[in-house]
Amino acid sequence: MAKVHVTTTINGEPMEFLCEPSDTMLDALRGTLNLTGSKEGCASGDCGACSITLDDSLVCSCLVLAVESEGHEIRTIEGLAHGEKLHPLQQKFLEMAALQCGICTSGMLMASDALLKRSPDPSEEEVRFWLAGNLCRCTGYDKIVRAVMDTAAEMRAQ
Amino acid sequence: MNVVTNNKWIGQRTIRPDGMDKVTGRAQFAADTTMPGMIWGKVLRSPHPHARIRSIDTSKAEKLPGVKAVVTAKDIVDFTIEKGAVMLGIQDMRWMCRNVMARDKALFPGHPVAAVAATTEAIAAEACSLIEVDYEVLPWSIEIDDAIKPDAPILHEFNKFEGKPSNIAGRIEHKKGDLAEGFKKADVVIERTFTTRPVHQGYIEPHACLISVAPDGKTTIWSSSQGQFMVRAMTSMLTGIQQSDIRAIPAEIGGGFGGKTIVYLEPLATMLAKKSGRPVKMVMTREEVMRATGPTSGSKSTVKIGATREGKIVAAHGTFYLQAGAFPGSPIRGAAGCSFTPYDIPNLLSEGYDVVSNRSKVAAYRAPGAPIGAYAVECVLDEVAEALKMDPLDFRLKNAAKEGTKAANGPVFPRIGYIETLEAAKNSDHYKTPLGKPQGKLQGKLEGRGVASGFWFNAGGESSAQVNITEDGNVVVTTGHPDIGGSRAGIANICAELLGIDYSRVSVLIGDTATIGFSNLTGGSRVLFASSIVVTQSTEKIINTLRERAAKIWEIDPEAVKWEQGAAHPVSPNAGQFEPLTLKELAEKAPVMGGPIGAGVQLNTTGADGGFGTHVCDVEVDVDLGIARVTRYTAVQDVGRAIHPGYVEGQLQGGVAQGIGWALNEEYIYTKEGKVDNPGFLDYRMPVCSDLPMLDCIMVEVPNPKHPQGVKGVGEVPLVPVMAAVANAIYDALGKRFYALPMSPPKVLEVLDAPTQQAAE
Amino acid sequence: MTELRYLAPDTLDEAIGAFAKAGSAARILAGGTDLLVQMRSGALKPGVIVDIKKIPEMMRIEQTADGGFRIGAAVSGMALHDHESFGKVWPGVLEAVNLIGSKQVQGRASAGGNLCNGSPAGDSVPAMVAAGAVVTVQGPNGRREIKVEDVPAGPGRTNLKPGEILISFTLPPRPPGSSDAYLRMIPRTEMDIAVVGVGVSLTIKDGTVTAARVGLGAVAPTVLLVEDAAKALIGSKLDDAALAKAAAACSAACRPIDDKRGTIAYRTKVAGVLLKRTAAIAAQRATGK
Repeated sequence: MAKVHVTTTINGEPMEFLCEPSDTMLDALRGTLNLTGSKEGCASGDCGACSITLDDSLVCSCLVLAVESEGHEIRTIEGLAHGEKLHPLQQKFLEMAALQCGICTSGMLMASDALLKRSPDPSEEEVRFWLAGNLCRCTGYDKIVRAVMDTAAEMRAQ
Repeated sequence: MNVVTNNKWIGQRTIRPDGMDKVTGRAQFAADTTMPGMIWGKVLRSPHPHARIRSIDTSKAEKLPGVKAVVTAKDIVDFTIEKGAVMLGIQDMRWMCRNVMARDKALFPGHPVAAVAATTEAIAAEACSLIEVDYEVLPWSIEIDDAIKPDAPILHEFNKFEGKPSNIAGRIEHKKGDLAEGFKKADVVIERTFTTRPVHQGYIEPHACLISVAPDGKTTIWSSSQGQFMVRAMTSMLTGIQQSDIRAIPAEIGGGFGGKTIVYLEPLATMLAKKSGRPVKMVMTREEVMRATGPTSGSKSTVKIGATREGKIVAAHGTFYLQAGAFPGSPIRGAAGCSFTPYDIPNLLSEGYDVVSNRSKVAAYRAPGAPIGAYAVECVLDEVAEALKMDPLDFRLKNAAKEGTKAANGPVFPRIGYIETLEAAKNSDHYKTPLGKPQGKLQGKLEGRGVASGFWFNAGGESSAQVNITEDGNVVVTTGHPDIGGSRAGIANICAELLGIDYSRVSVLIGDTATIGFSNLTGGSRVLFASSIVVTQSTEKIINTLRERAAKIWEIDPEAVKWEQGAAHPVSPNAGQFEPLTLKELAEKAPVMGGPIGAGVQLNTTGADGGFGTHVCDVEVDVDLGIARVTRYTAVQDVGRAIHPGYVEGQLQGGVAQGIGWALNEEYIYTKEGKVDNPGFLDYRMPVCSDLPMLDCIMVEVPNPKHPQGVKGVGEVPLVPVMAAVANAIYDALGKRFYALPMSPPKVLEVLDAPTQQAAE
Repeated sequence: MTELRYLAPDTLDEAIGAFAKAGSAARILAGGTDLLVQMRSGALKPGVIVDIKKIPEMMRIEQTADGGFRIGAAVSGMALHDHESFGKVWPGVLEAVNLIGSKQVQGRASAGGNLCNGSPAGDSVPAMVAAGAVVTVQGPNGRREIKVEDVPAGPGRTNLKPGEILISFTLPPRPPGSSDAYLRMIPRTEMDIAVVGVGVSLTIKDGTVTAARVGLGAVAPTVLLVEDAAKALIGSKLDDAALAKAAAACSAACRPIDDKRGTIAYRTKVAGVLLKRTAAIAAQRATGK
């Protein structure tokens, strides 16, 4: 069966690629597009390691068909920093040891960024419930939640 | 030894060297790697819990366009049972070779029976479905009680216990004093039986590898593992490729917790790569991880503890049955050897039984065996303390092991920090803060508090390091252990401290089997302990070289040169008036002063001592729904020296989170057909962010006198006390004890509705 | 290898045409949060996927002429959350839709998909049942309306006829003093499939319940409309006796199974417990207390 040609925008750049109709966006990102920052932890939408945004909506890329990205705007972890300039969340995660093995970190950062865009002053409970879809097995979430809340405070102060 | 006094970097929360790549998505995990010409491997797995494999016909698979190679057990080296154990570390290769690929029998649903490499994953998967396996289905057993019945289906006919074929594959015991006499002296005796379910380490990154075998046999392996040297050795032994022809490169690892201290895919991918002449990539699905890798043992433990009315424990007896899965090797050593160890008990018998059954072979899980044993012992201690009307921490203090106590498993303790953890827990803000709501009627939401302690052996072992000064005067450290917890940050702290230079000038890399000397597994809470010893010695050698070079320049004796704050100085004005020579300056002069400045050290490190923790846990239980939530948690641990406090706290917090999951909701559920019913993150319920409170840590520092920076292993102890702390807290809330894990809502309601409890003597 | 065809028609007629033509090989794609999981696990191998997200009617949230709401079948939970007034009028339906999965899932998952997936435990369904929602479906033989409680036919099955596509949910106008709530029992705080789900919609006038509907999920092959529970609440002041009777009616309506998420005994007990709590929340919202 012939592959489908998809035209989309990824991290602000126009992109074209070929894919099978059954490929997920995660498959396309990690395969053809060589954007391996989004990770596969479960391929069933239960762990959030593959989190990206589609038109500013936080989604699991394993639950979006690659073909569905046609004409839409995809943002991935690779687009969170601007060149050398880290996003405040990335900087805080480093400063506060909010990562250990790092496999959940891409998804955690994408999800946290999506939260702070909607809710610049989240309570601890809000942060925890927003991040419930991002599994971490290393940290127990404590430092992640602290990093998100500290970043929110810092960004509000600017 | 350079005595470190100014602590510019040690104890600081520096930014880990590998952090930038991990927050930007640049870090290369095994599944992120590619090679030109790469093809994909897939595994065909047994659907049956127990079956003889009569024949395998791979002909249709081989003919499918796109298929480049097929392997079966014929392609894996056979370590015959009769020839006896062939050990690699704690793993017997007779079991390893059968675990990676079934030989005459499939022993659990998910057991690999064949593997295929093809140009796409889809073709490889389709080819697997074309392989015809003739199974003779056999009766099976999974649970311990079923596996040890006299008429249980035997997994391994050669395995005998007390003269008869059995599913009991081993027994250990630790004995001290006279048990019967000891119990006679007791005023209070409590005996209870506990069960736990198998739980998975739960790493978010599935196993993955990418392997290339050249026509001359030179093999390159990228894999997600807790030990590239283990990967190389196991792959060599299982494929027959010469060990020195294999280069095993550790990718960044997305969690392991012990589950990646053995190989599953690497030997299969290697043989597929060898037969096809193409690099082969294999990545497990989440379902494969849950079905076919090694969750820890389910268990059945009976613990009996006797104490005098003054509160002295006089006797203790523990019997710990642990599931091994398809092949022998459950962590009975940890269960029997650690559970009573925090206490000075004069009369003791601790026995462990290793039980095989038709579920996947266990792999190590963070202090293997110890959390299971501690759950039982620490819950019984809670009941004994209650019967004695003693505060549970005071009861433990009264019986605490200390320097000079003979441990259950033999050694006499040197200076240890257990009592310090108990005292710190007692004095903690958490313990001193009374709970909000009064206990009483079983309605609404009830609060409770529980405590528990725990011990884990910790390890030393082989480690190699190479420290090189770059031409521009900075430092590159290469170590041999995959970093699963932030050890690179700790190593950088130590190296910067020793050299007296800015932390940012130290890079820390993890070498592969070709670029660094032998280093043992990342496990046993040993990486920072062991690697910092060899890094320290390497750095000290370099400091000596730097002093010698400065001495030569100044034409004075090297003894008259000291190294301080990143430069060589004369020891005193008497030695001469010289401007300090910095690391950068000496590096620049290196070519004309004797050559490159670097040193490497390889050692079998010793001096690792066990670790102790004491935990305080508050829960709130919704009595009508049976839901228990942890509302506050404090983990106290003797960490020796917190080289990087953030990553030490991280170990404590991570272990606590895993323990809370184990206590409340994680369990393997099997169908009536003996298959795993919940092989995914939806129904294998690990804690999510909203399930947990902040996890407070109190790090007690009783430095290890045998280590240059006082380091003790910290990674595993945090999991050991948790389930008992949670269970004791739920008891405090509800007035009902739990003797089975997980304490999930239906189980909590069952216990609440049950009329009687196990009777105390 | 894959014979899958993906279509993303711009009009409803095209969608129905393609969907009907492909017969049982076709699947509708809204959020994809069930479909992609089922495809990945091998449970489903569709030949044609019809993506309905380009059809305006499927994606719209609008007020009807009589003051009710019409929600397109493919509207995501997040979009429903961001609507300026929907959540104020139907907080129970909103919270139910936004309990499905994670925030990531809620960015895509729709009430339409949740209903048509046919899971007895789908979170949005008990709330839609309690709300008295009516769905509009359209197929080769035209458009028709079905009460939402009549849509589920059994686990994984609906009463939609071949070729029919769910278009929208219509929720009735709310008399003053009305509100709703949805609660579910899950072992963790998020991410689990409901072990029991209860939706309650109430209208309260001068302290007395004048209208009530109760939807009960995850305790039978389909979500249930528990009329006996509603009857126990109507005319009462939500006193303990009325709540106990309604709770008992929910427990009595249970026909659950023992599975990896809950036992029969547990679900039966919890159904009653949740009814009381859900009714209390709905009442608080309805009366502003």
